[in-house]
Amino acid sequence: MKKMLESIAVPVIAVLIALVISAFVILAIGKNPIQAYKILLHGAFGSKQAIIDTLIKSTPLILTGLAVGFGFRAGVFNIGAEGQMGMGALVAATFASNFGGLPPAIAIPLTLLLGMAAGAGWAAIAGLLKAKTGAHEVVTTIMLNWITTYIASFMVTGPLVTGYGSPKSPEISTSAQLPILMRVGAMELSAGILISILAAIFMYVFLNKTTTGYEIKAVGFNPYAAEYGGISVSKNIILAMAISGALAGLAGVTELMGVHHRFLGELAGGKGFDGISIALIGQNNPIGIIFAAILIGALRTGSNEMQFMGVSKYIVMITQAIVIFLVAADRIVRAIYARKKVTA
Amino acid sequence: MSETVSQARHGYAVEMIEITKNFPGVLANDKVTIRIKTGEIHAIVGENGAGKSTLMNQLYGLYRQDSGEIRIFGEKKVFFGPRDAIKAGIGMVHQHFMLVDTLTATENVVLGSEPVKGLNFDIRGSRQKVKELSEKYGLYVDVDAKIEDMPVGMQQRVEIIKTLYRGAEIIILDEPTAVLTPQEVEELFLIMKNLQKNGKTILFISHKLNEVMEISERITVMRGGKVTAELITKETSEREIARAMVGRDVVLKIDKLPHRPGNVIFEVKDLWVKDNRRLEAVNGVLLQVRQGEVVGIAGVAGNGQTELVEAITGLRKTEKGQLIFQGKDVTGAHPRTLREMGMTHIPEDRFKYGLIKPFPAYYNIILGRHYKTPFAKGAFLDHKEVKRYASEVMEEFDIRPRIIEHLGGNFSGGNQQKLVVGREIKANPKFMIVAQPTRGLDVGAIEFIHNQILRMRGQDVGILLVSMELEEIFSLSDRILVMYEGEIMGEVRPEETTIEEVGLMMAGKRLEEVRGDKQ
Repeated sequence: MKKMLESIAVPVIAVLIALVISAFVILAIGKNPIQAYKILLHGAFGSKQAIIDTLIKSTPLILTGLAVGFGFRAGVFNIGAEGQMGMGALVAATFASNFGGLPPAIAIPLTLLLGMAAGAGWAAIAGLLKAKTGAHEVVTTIMLNWITTYIASFMVTGPLVTGYGSPKSPEISTSAQLPILMRVGAMELSAGILISILAAIFMYVFLNKTTTGYEIKAVGFNPYAAEYGGISVSKNIILAMAISGALAGLAGVTELMGVHHRFLGELAGGKGFDGISIALIGQNNPIGIIFAAILIGALRTGSNEMQFMGVSKYIVMITQAIVIFLVAADRIVRAIYARKKVTA
Repeated sequence: MSETVSQARHGYAVEMIEITKNFPGVLANDKVTIRIKTGEIHAIVGENGAGKSTLMNQLYGLYRQDSGEIRIFGEKKVFFGPRDAIKAGIGMVHQHFMLVDTLTATENVVLGSEPVKGLNFDIRGSRQKVKELSEKYGLYVDVDAKIEDMPVGMQQRVEIIKTLYRGAEIIILDEPTAVLTPQEVEELFLIMKNLQKNGKTILFISHKLNEVMEISERITVMRGGKVTAELITKETSEREIARAMVGRDVVLKIDKLPHRPGNVIFEVKDLWVKDNRRLEAVNGVLLQVRQGEVVGIAGVAGNGQTELVEAITGLRKTEKGQLIFQGKDVTGAHPRTLREMGMTHIPEDRFKYGLIKPFPAYYNIILGRHYKTPFAKGAFLDHKEVKRYASEVMEEFDIRPRIIEHLGGNFSGGNQQKLVVGREIKANPKFMIVAQPTRGLDVGAIEFIHNQILRMRGQDVGILLVSMELEEIFSLSDRILVMYEGEIMGEVRPEETTIEEVGLMMAGKRLEEVRGDKQ
């Protein structure tokens, strides 16, 4: 219980400190920080439309956060959620424009599976390389990110190209689009948010209740002891990467099926990398990750509104950076605290 | 007495007064007070978890005490790290040497405080200085040899020179004899006497009572984070020390009932294994273990025992040869296959292999059988059953604290080992590899674990015991094999041999040579 409180306290305090520091930055550019935060809050949660916008922005962030967080729990640093997300959306988009003849009950799960499988497969390449050759996943997943970028731009300017203007794929069949839960003005909240929450539940149950979860955690904590206990380290590294990649692929495919309905050149747009920050703020805990993703989503939505009073939306990037810095520096803070206690 | 003025003024080299140190859930040191006289050899004995390592780590600046005071030569000190302790004249030789294998003795000694000439590293000057130190204290080392080419005894001498080079007046030796042959131990004791003659103060940490009796002048005994006795060596006995360590009378000898070995359960045929550096570690080992038999492998650490055990248990690739378990060829089999067939393993390194530190006890206790009934139901863990079983094992093997949620890394060394031993015994093995089962444990825990091993023997389990403790090998084994540089030097029966004979084989003489020399 005390431990749980402590793990919640760190990110919450980090956010508060970050807001205070950002307030000074806003002050320095000659604006009123209290006013700015009021508008930020209003922009993120002030109306039905704002709340829906925040949730739409948070959906892929929850999923990439889960992807990276799952990797951390399994002892792998999947920095390639960005590429896996893109791959998931790209592969699904390639097929899903032809699903018109299928009923949604088949087309939707099929498209979701395609996206997850593509993300899983893409990440499993890095897992395989780590298991068999020891190549570090940070290096290989970044390389795979670039490969994704180039494959995607080839596909949307070549085989899939459609219409004029910015490169994009044809729209996916209506039967493969996610149902809309709520519509306010032009804002459509799709079932993607439910999928992301289901994914968080999956991660919790998988890691805490199943034997495979036990094995994956064992390998992450101590691969020697795992091997000693008859757990195959290489199999579990590949599996951990694949599951992490499937979650990232799911982020891509829900974006595709619930928001854009077609593959755009810049679909992932850094959300895969945001997943790293979100996993960090959420302390790799599925529920923590949901809240962290909503926090980041809210900052992003609210910052648009803040621009109208002349405060750059990049202020929230500063806030986000300080939060991450403080959460990561948690240990430093603890060490300083411990030292003080002895001297006193 | 010809004491120098400074020594006369400060009769005590080290005073640790009312030291208290808390770790989450464990009171490691509870108002511990020890005083070490200048120029004495002072032994600190106690079980693992008694708090002696914690105490020494505070003296060396690795931890800071929660309360209490440290005085060095009468002066109050606060250490924020080993650097401060070194400055105050304290040197420590750790049980696991802190040397760079690919550098020479000289380079290792000066590492971190290299003398310079202009812009260059003054290797010649350093070499000279190291040589002088080595001659002054009778610490023979080859100053130009690389650490990886040295025997362990010499590596230890390099460590001692390193402390002297940094101006140590007080030298902490943490279990220094654990890695040495009986002959090397004698050499170390001569060195310690020499250091003492030159005015150095020595803290000797050990759990081998005969060594403590031989070398020390005074003894501090610790148990459960407290000092339980301060003894003058001349006026005490091994029995009295043991009682202070364990808190009750201990039977130092165990009774091994005669037992008839059955069929061969495990066989190693011409096994060749390489170590992590791809060098030959096991060279053509041949051995058999029968049901209900303890085969002991004696030898100084680092002579291929680790690699042999890892190869047998499926954790390391074999280069050549065959492993046969219950008549089946299991060369290259996965650890899970071997476990399924009835092999269990108490590993020598419980931190590396034995435990998953961030896992709670109830998860550690099922490692290796976590995927089978009754612990798994389909794809899911049956947490209720896992926890019930964990409580049962913790009760049976007296693992403390008796909290199944306690994390593996938070138990004391002895309790971690009991957890591993309990887990591996409860898996009902047919063949069990037991490596260093009592390293760093207290007399009481050693007695317990030895009895467990003999109980398994009585139930017709074949046991391969690897140990650096000759006493352990002698009291448990039915047959003793001595390993040196990856080869078996000879096979003897404990009742037909002597410590000296085995010691000579551990130093690289074959049985025929040893027995030939005598005649």
